[in-house]
Amino acid sequence: MKSPLRSRYDVVIVGGGPAGLAAALGARQAGVEHILIVDREIEAGGILNQCIHSGFGLHYFKEELTGPEYAERFIRNVQSDQVEILTDSYVLDISPALQLEIISGGYGHLQLQAQSVVLAMGCRERTRGSIRTPGFRPAGVMTAGLAQKMVNMHGVLPGRRIAILGSGDIGLIMARRLSLEGCDVTGVYELQPHCSGLTRNQVQCLDDFGIPLHLSATVAFIHGRDRVERLTIAPVNHELIPDLSRSWDVACDTLLLSIGLIPENELSTRLRLRMDPATGGPQVTSNLETSLPGVFACGNVLHVHDLVDFVSEESLRAGRFAGEVAIGMRRPSDNISLQAGENIASCVPQSLSPDREQIIYLRVKRPLKNCVLTIGDRYEKSFRMLVPAEMIRLTLAPELLDRYFGEMLKIDVRLREAT
Amino acid sequence: MLEKRRLTCIGCPMSCPLELVIIDGEIREITGNDCKRGEAYARQEYTAPCRMVSTTIACNSGLWPRLPVKTVTAVPKAEVMAVARALHTLEIEAPVQIGQVILDDIAGTGIAVIACRSLPSAPNSK
Ligand code: SF4
Repeated sequence: MKSPLRSRYDVVIVGGGPAGLAAALGARQAGVEHILIVDREIEAGGILNQCIHSGFGLHYFKEELTGPEYAERFIRNVQSDQVEILTDSYVLDISPALQLEIISGGYGHLQLQAQSVVLAMGCRERTRGSIRTPGFRPAGVMTAGLAQKMVNMHGVLPGRRIAILGSGDIGLIMARRLSLEGCDVTGVYELQPHCSGLTRNQVQCLDDFGIPLHLSATVAFIHGRDRVERLTIAPVNHELIPDLSRSWDVACDTLLLSIGLIPENELSTRLRLRMDPATGGPQVTSNLETSLPGVFACGNVLHVHDLVDFVSEESLRAGRFAGEVAIGMRRPSDNISLQAGENIASCVPQSLSPDREQIIYLRVKRPLKNCVLTIGDRYEKSFRMLVPAEMIRLTLAPELLDRYFGEMLKIDVRLREAT
Repeated sequence: MLEKRRLTCIGCPMSCPLELVIIDGEIREITGNDCKRGEAYARQEYTAPCRMVSTTIACNSGLWPRLPVKTVTAVPKAEVMAVARALHTLEIEAPVQIGQVILDDIAGTGIAVIACRSLPSAPNSK
């Protein structure tokens, strides 16, 4: 089949999930003409298509939508903006000169030249291999997101009696989802002493269905030769070491893992982008450009978000900046490096420039009550409660960096001193 | 009789911890909510808790075999399982439009169920 595609595009976006869709709209706002989204699935929308629960869009659309509804609004806008979407296609490689190599279900091998590229591939789930759970290797051990796809897209149940390791939001959502489908969810086991998903999900997904959450506990052994038959659960001490003397067994046929997400870095590492070990994604400037000029990153490929609304906001900006670069518009480069200080696990972007409004996303390392967040001597804000599960979003007015002559600003969160 | 009740607002990801002061079965004070939706939630949750139900139904000859659907408003919490069970018996033919009403009244609750996405026919189905 002959490809209807052009050989040159202004902006090529890798990934048609929430990040890629918003980036396309952003690029269009910048005034570029030819925009292409490449997605490996048979349709755009990404993970939203399988997130059938509601809870999306409160910030962006000011109403509560399900994942597919949120995706469809964006897909419609992108289509009416005449962005081309190439589905069933995979970007194999990107050269430093921004030539893309694509393998496509419909058109075979393709090569395209881009003026700028937006990385929007999202993230992956951590698997059993990343935590090395001891035991046999039977069928029935899978990530929560895979089970979500099986149930919600393909209509196939992963099993009947389900245990969940890790209290990430996808695991909690799946506990409810599988309960609604008539499965027996025996419990959620979390290594840490606190739930890693949102409290609202603990309430509406576990408490509502009487599913127990076992904190400071982990799966110490997976039993069953062909199919999962039973798990040994052990409490852990403060060093997170399982205490087998106090373990107990749980019968189940399926173990879902909800143990964290990591940015999808295959293309980023092939491109040798400078990475940030704290976010797991590439480092970016305040216009979301990576260390390779012309390559931008947004959404979960940059850092794992917990709200799609923030993904959309970030990606609209990334797309706009990518569009500007594609048509030869260059803003002054950043001159202030931004660093994570006390109690801060990560921050994005990693540098700032005084000429534009900045949006900074960050996470704290541990739950903190009554604390003050500072950015150098430029910014200060008090918080009643900060938890690692919730990303913090700050906007900094351009004036804030006026006449700042340092090279570095540090973000710190400190407990408010008792007065 | 004075009673205190703790709830977590599920109105948004903030998950505010709410505290209700109840005197003789009547709410006198609600604290802990960051916005006014938290207060409405607290009243609703104390008097008649309800939840949105989202699930999927079978879709014949669609691009995917399942269609995501949801109740247009929250249903009484006690009815959630019955609503889910009733929905699981439904089938629909592709194509489907987003917002299309699948059923006006699910499981006698008087609440309608709508499609959460458009689902075109599968390319190879006639
Ligand atoms: S009270 Fe308002 S801010 Fe707090 S969780 Fe409820 S809806 Fe969100």
